Amino acid sequence: MITRLNVASIYVLDKEEALDFYVNKLGLEKGNDVKQGDYRWLTVRVPGDQATEISLEQPGPPLHDEATTEQLRELISKGALGGLVFITDDARSLYATLRERGVTDFTQEPTDHFYGTDMGIRDPFGNPIRILQQGKVPQEATA
Amino acid sequence: MSREVEDFNRRLLRARDAMDRAYAEPLDVRAVAAVAHVSEAHFIRSFRAVFGETPHRYLQRRRVERSMFLLRETDRSVTDICLDVGFTSLGTFSRTFREIVGETPSHYRRGHGPIVAPHCVQLAAMRPRVAAVVTQSSSFGEAVATAAP
Repeated sequence: MITRLNVASIYVLDKEEALDFYVNKLGLEKGNDVKQGDYRWLTVRVPGDQATEISLEQPGPPLHDEATTEQLRELISKGALGGLVFITDDARSLYATLRERGVTDFTQEPTDHFYGTDMGIRDPFGNPIRILQQGKVPQEATA
Repeated sequence: MSREVEDFNRRLLRARDAMDRAYAEPLDVRAVAAVAHVSEAHFIRSFRAVFGETPHRYLQRRRVERSMFLLRETDRSVTDICLDVGFTSLGTFSRTFREIVGETPSHYRRGHGPIVAPHCVQLAAMRPRVAAVVTQSSSFGEAVATAAP
Protein backbone atom coordinates (compact mmCIF):
# COMPACT_ATOMS: atom_id res chain seq x y z
CA MET A 1 0.00 0.00 0.00
CA ILE A 2 1.31 3.43 -0.92
CA THR A 3 1.04 5.78 2.05
CA ARG A 4 1.87 9.26 0.75
CA LEU A 5 3.29 11.35 -2.08
CA ASN A 6 6.94 12.07 -1.36
CA VAL A 7 8.36 13.92 -4.39
CA ALA A 8 6.70 15.53 -7.39
CA SER A 9 8.87 16.92 -10.18
CA ILE A 10 8.44 20.01 -12.27
CA TYR A 11 10.58 21.08 -15.23
CA VAL A 12 12.10 24.55 -15.10
CA LEU A 13 14.39 26.39 -17.50
CA ASP A 14 16.79 27.57 -14.81
CA LYS A 15 17.13 26.15 -11.31
CA GLU A 16 18.46 29.32 -9.68
CA GLU A 17 15.69 31.48 -11.16
CA ALA A 18 13.15 28.82 -10.16
CA LEU A 19 14.42 28.81 -6.59
CA ASP A 20 14.08 32.59 -6.41
CA PHE A 21 10.50 32.46 -7.70
CA TYR A 22 9.24 29.53 -5.66
CA VAL A 23 10.86 30.70 -2.41
CA ASN A 24 11.00 34.51 -2.57
CA LYS A 25 7.85 35.15 -4.59
CA LEU A 26 5.54 32.21 -3.94
CA GLY A 27 6.64 31.71 -0.33
CA LEU A 28 7.75 28.08 -0.35
CA GLU A 29 10.90 27.01 1.50
CA LYS A 30 14.01 25.38 0.13
CA GLY A 31 14.24 21.66 0.81
CA ASN A 32 17.19 19.67 -0.48
CA ASP A 33 20.03 21.39 -2.27
CA VAL A 34 22.72 18.85 -2.98
CA LYS A 35 25.36 19.07 -5.67
CA GLN A 36 26.85 15.93 -7.15
CA GLY A 37 29.26 16.72 -9.96
CA ASP A 38 27.28 18.72 -12.51
CA TYR A 39 23.96 17.64 -11.04
CA ARG A 40 22.08 19.67 -8.44
CA TRP A 41 19.27 17.95 -6.54
CA LEU A 42 17.10 20.94 -5.69
CA THR A 43 13.70 20.81 -4.04
CA VAL A 44 11.21 23.23 -2.54
CA ARG A 45 8.29 22.50 -0.25
CA VAL A 46 5.36 24.06 1.53
CA PRO A 47 6.79 25.63 4.73
CA GLY A 48 6.60 23.14 7.56
CA ASP A 49 5.50 20.27 5.33
CA GLN A 50 8.45 17.91 5.12
CA ALA A 51 6.32 15.08 3.75
CA THR A 52 6.16 16.26 0.16
CA GLU A 53 8.88 17.94 -1.85
CA ILE A 54 8.80 19.49 -5.28
CA SER A 55 11.89 18.67 -7.28
CA LEU A 56 12.96 21.42 -9.68
CA GLU A 57 14.36 19.63 -12.70
CA GLN A 58 16.14 21.28 -15.59
CA PRO A 59 16.04 19.48 -18.95
CA GLY A 60 19.49 18.52 -20.15
CA PRO A 61 22.25 15.93 -19.95
CA PRO A 62 22.59 13.33 -18.63
CA LEU A 63 18.78 12.92 -18.42
CA HIS A 64 18.11 14.12 -21.96
CA ASP A 65 19.91 14.30 -25.27
CA GLU A 66 20.17 17.66 -27.00
CA ALA A 67 17.08 17.28 -29.19
CA THR A 68 14.91 16.12 -26.28
CA THR A 69 16.20 18.98 -24.17
CA GLU A 70 15.15 21.46 -26.84
CA GLN A 71 11.71 19.88 -27.17
CA LEU A 72 11.14 20.02 -23.43
CA ARG A 73 12.31 23.61 -23.15
CA GLU A 74 9.97 24.60 -25.96
CA LEU A 75 7.01 22.84 -24.33
CA ILE A 76 7.74 24.53 -20.99
CA SER A 77 7.84 27.99 -22.57
CA LYS A 78 4.57 27.30 -24.41
CA GLY A 79 2.89 26.38 -21.13
CA ALA A 80 2.17 22.88 -22.42
CA LEU A 81 3.45 20.88 -19.44
CA GLY A 82 1.72 20.02 -16.19
CA GLY A 83 1.83 22.25 -13.16
CA LEU A 84 1.12 22.35 -9.44
CA VAL A 85 -1.94 22.91 -7.27
CA PHE A 86 -1.51 24.38 -3.79
CA ILE A 87 -3.89 24.99 -0.90
CA THR A 88 -3.99 28.34 0.92
CA ASP A 89 -5.94 29.47 3.97
CA ASP A 90 -6.70 32.89 2.41
CA ALA A 91 -6.64 33.26 -1.36
CA ARG A 92 -7.34 36.99 -1.54
CA SER A 93 -4.76 37.95 1.03
CA LEU A 94 -2.20 35.75 -0.73
CA TYR A 95 -3.14 37.40 -4.04
CA ALA A 96 -2.36 40.81 -2.53
CA THR A 97 0.92 39.52 -1.12
CA LEU A 98 1.99 38.05 -4.45
CA ARG A 99 1.26 41.32 -6.20
CA GLU A 100 3.31 43.19 -3.62
CA ARG A 101 6.19 40.82 -4.31
CA GLY A 102 6.01 41.70 -8.00
CA VAL A 103 4.15 38.68 -9.38
CA THR A 104 2.30 39.79 -12.52
CA ASP A 105 1.60 36.59 -14.45
CA PHE A 106 -1.84 35.84 -13.09
CA THR A 107 -3.92 33.58 -15.31
CA GLN A 108 -6.97 34.10 -13.11
CA GLU A 109 -7.79 36.56 -10.36
CA PRO A 110 -9.25 35.02 -7.16
CA THR A 111 -12.64 33.58 -8.11
CA ASP A 112 -15.35 32.07 -5.91
CA HIS A 113 -16.79 28.62 -6.62
CA PHE A 114 -19.09 26.37 -4.62
CA TYR A 115 -16.02 24.44 -3.41
CA GLY A 116 -13.82 27.42 -2.56
CA THR A 117 -11.87 30.35 -3.97
CA ASP A 118 -9.07 29.80 -6.42
CA MET A 119 -6.64 31.72 -8.60
CA GLY A 120 -4.06 30.93 -11.22
CA ILE A 121 -0.54 32.12 -11.94
CA ARG A 122 2.37 31.02 -14.09
CA ASP A 123 5.92 30.54 -12.95
CA PRO A 124 8.60 32.52 -14.85
CA PHE A 125 9.00 29.69 -17.37
CA GLY A 126 5.34 29.06 -18.23
CA ASN A 127 4.31 26.31 -15.82
CA PRO A 128 0.73 26.70 -14.57
CA ILE A 129 0.12 26.98 -10.82
CA ARG A 130 -3.31 26.89 -9.20
CA ILE A 131 -3.89 28.04 -5.64
CA LEU A 132 -7.12 27.04 -3.89
CA GLN A 133 -8.74 28.11 -0.66
CA GLN A 134 -11.11 25.29 0.21
CA GLY A 135 -14.53 25.83 1.70
CA LYS A 136 -17.98 26.64 0.47
CA VAL A 137 -18.55 30.11 -0.87
CA PRO A 138 -22.26 30.92 -1.03
CA GLN A 139 -22.53 32.51 -4.44
CA GLU A 140 -24.14 31.91 -7.78
CA ALA A 141 -21.77 30.66 -10.44
CA THR A 142 -20.06 33.33 -12.48
CA ALA A 143 -17.73 32.95 -15.41
CA MET B 1 16.42 26.20 -29.18
CA SER B 2 17.77 29.61 -28.39
CA ARG B 3 16.91 31.54 -25.29
CA GLU B 4 15.40 34.12 -27.63
CA VAL B 5 12.79 31.66 -28.91
CA GLU B 6 11.91 30.58 -25.37
CA ASP B 7 11.45 34.21 -24.32
CA PHE B 8 9.28 34.84 -27.35
CA ASN B 9 7.13 31.77 -26.63
CA ARG B 10 6.76 32.96 -23.06
CA ARG B 11 5.56 36.37 -24.28
CA LEU B 12 3.03 34.77 -26.61
CA LEU B 13 1.85 32.62 -23.71
CA ARG B 14 1.45 35.75 -21.59
CA ALA B 15 -0.74 37.26 -24.32
CA ARG B 16 -2.77 34.03 -24.50
CA ASP B 17 -3.20 34.14 -20.72
CA ALA B 18 -4.49 37.70 -21.08
CA MET B 19 -7.24 36.39 -23.36
CA ASP B 20 -8.13 33.65 -20.88
CA ARG B 21 -8.23 36.18 -18.05
CA ALA B 22 -9.98 39.10 -19.78
CA TYR B 23 -12.21 37.33 -22.34
CA ALA B 24 -15.25 39.24 -21.02
CA GLU B 25 -13.72 42.58 -21.93
CA PRO B 26 -13.84 44.10 -25.43
CA LEU B 27 -10.42 42.74 -26.39
CA ASP B 28 -8.94 43.49 -29.77
CA VAL B 29 -5.94 41.86 -31.37
CA ARG B 30 -3.83 45.01 -31.10
CA ALA B 31 -4.22 45.12 -27.33
CA VAL B 32 -3.38 41.44 -26.97
CA ALA B 33 -0.40 41.80 -29.32
CA ALA B 34 0.84 44.64 -27.12
CA VAL B 35 1.04 42.21 -24.18
CA ALA B 36 3.59 40.23 -26.21
CA HIS B 37 5.35 43.43 -27.34
CA VAL B 38 4.96 42.67 -31.05
CA SER B 39 3.13 44.13 -34.02
CA GLU B 40 -0.37 42.91 -34.77
CA ALA B 41 0.59 41.07 -37.97
CA HIS B 42 3.64 39.44 -36.41
CA PHE B 43 1.57 38.43 -33.41
CA ILE B 44 -1.13 36.71 -35.46
CA ARG B 45 1.44 34.87 -37.56
CA SER B 46 3.61 33.70 -34.69
CA PHE B 47 0.70 32.85 -32.37
CA ARG B 48 -0.63 30.54 -35.04
CA ALA B 49 2.78 28.96 -35.54
CA VAL B 50 3.24 28.32 -31.81
CA PHE B 51 -0.30 27.42 -30.68
CA GLY B 52 -1.82 26.10 -33.90
CA GLU B 53 -4.69 28.57 -34.29
CA THR B 54 -5.18 32.29 -34.70
CA PRO B 55 -5.55 34.46 -31.59
CA HIS B 56 -9.04 35.32 -32.84
CA ARG B 57 -10.07 31.68 -32.83
CA TYR B 58 -8.41 31.08 -29.47
CA LEU B 59 -10.43 33.89 -27.91
CA GLN B 60 -13.62 32.66 -29.57
CA ARG B 61 -13.14 29.18 -28.11
CA ARG B 62 -12.45 30.64 -24.68
CA ARG B 63 -15.61 32.76 -24.84
CA VAL B 64 -17.68 29.86 -26.11
CA GLU B 65 -16.32 27.61 -23.36
CA ARG B 66 -17.31 30.17 -20.73
CA SER B 67 -20.75 30.47 -22.29
CA MET B 68 -21.14 26.67 -22.22
CA PHE B 69 -20.22 26.78 -18.54
CA LEU B 70 -22.86 29.42 -17.81
CA LEU B 71 -25.46 27.59 -19.89
CA ARG B 72 -24.84 24.47 -17.81
CA GLU B 73 -24.49 26.08 -14.39
CA THR B 74 -26.87 29.05 -14.35
CA ASP B 75 -30.36 30.10 -15.35
CA ARG B 76 -29.17 33.29 -17.06
CA SER B 77 -30.70 34.03 -20.45
CA VAL B 78 -28.75 33.30 -23.61
CA THR B 79 -28.62 37.03 -24.34
CA ASP B 80 -27.15 37.81 -20.90
CA ILE B 81 -24.62 35.01 -21.26
CA CYS B 82 -23.63 36.28 -24.71
CA LEU B 83 -22.78 39.66 -23.18
CA ASP B 84 -21.22 38.08 -20.05
CA VAL B 85 -18.53 36.32 -22.07
CA GLY B 86 -17.53 39.27 -24.26
CA PHE B 87 -19.66 39.01 -27.38
CA THR B 88 -21.38 42.25 -28.35
CA SER B 89 -23.95 40.82 -30.75
CA LEU B 90 -26.33 37.92 -30.19
CA GLY B 91 -26.13 37.04 -33.88
CA THR B 92 -22.34 36.69 -33.82
CA PHE B 93 -22.50 34.72 -30.57
CA SER B 94 -25.11 32.27 -31.88
CA ARG B 95 -23.31 31.80 -35.18
CA THR B 96 -19.91 31.30 -33.53
CA PHE B 97 -21.35 28.94 -30.91
CA ARG B 98 -23.05 26.81 -33.55
CA GLU B 99 -19.94 26.78 -35.71
CA ILE B 100 -17.72 25.58 -32.85
CA VAL B 101 -20.04 23.38 -30.80
CA GLY B 102 -22.25 22.10 -33.58
CA GLU B 103 -25.57 23.06 -31.98
CA THR B 104 -27.34 26.20 -30.78
CA PRO B 105 -26.81 27.59 -27.24
CA SER B 106 -30.41 26.72 -26.27
CA HIS B 107 -30.10 23.21 -27.60
CA TYR B 108 -26.82 22.74 -25.77
CA ARG B 109 -28.41 23.95 -22.52
CA ARG B 110 -31.26 21.44 -22.81
CA GLY B 111 -28.82 18.58 -23.18
CA HIS B 112 -26.30 19.46 -20.47
CA GLY B 113 -26.29 20.01 -16.71
CA PRO B 114 -23.54 20.96 -14.26
CA ILE B 115 -20.26 19.02 -14.41
CA VAL B 116 -18.72 17.84 -11.16
CA ALA B 117 -15.11 18.83 -11.73
CA PRO B 118 -13.01 21.69 -10.33
CA HIS B 119 -13.34 24.96 -12.19
CA CYS B 120 -9.70 24.99 -13.27
CA VAL B 121 -10.09 21.53 -14.79
CA GLN B 122 -13.14 22.69 -16.72
CA LEU B 123 -11.31 25.82 -17.90
CA ALA B 124 -8.43 23.80 -19.25
CA ALA B 125 -10.17 20.70 -20.52
CA MET B 126 -13.64 21.78 -21.61
CA ARG B 127 -12.66 24.44 -24.15
CA PRO B 128 -14.43 23.11 -27.24
CA ARG B 129 -12.54 21.78 -30.18
CA VAL B 130 -13.59 23.26 -33.46
CA ALA B 131 -16.23 20.99 -34.94
CA ALA B 132 -15.03 21.47 -38.50
CA VAL B 133 -12.36 23.39 -40.37
CA VAL B 134 -13.75 26.81 -41.10
CA THR B 135 -12.42 29.98 -42.62
CA GLN B 136 -10.74 32.06 -39.96
CA SER B 137 -10.60 35.79 -40.07
CA SER B 138 -7.49 37.39 -38.64
CA SER B 139 -9.15 40.09 -36.61
CA PHE B 140 -11.34 39.95 -33.55
CA GLY B 141 -14.46 40.53 -35.62
CA GLU B 142 -17.06 42.68 -34.02
CA ALA B 143 -14.93 43.51 -30.99
CA VAL B 144 -12.34 45.27 -33.12
CA ALA B 145 -14.95 47.68 -34.39
CA THR B 146 -15.59 48.99 -30.88
CA ALA B 147 -11.89 49.40 -30.18
CA ALA B 148 -10.76 50.90 -33.47
CA PRO B 149 -10.13 54.65 -33.45
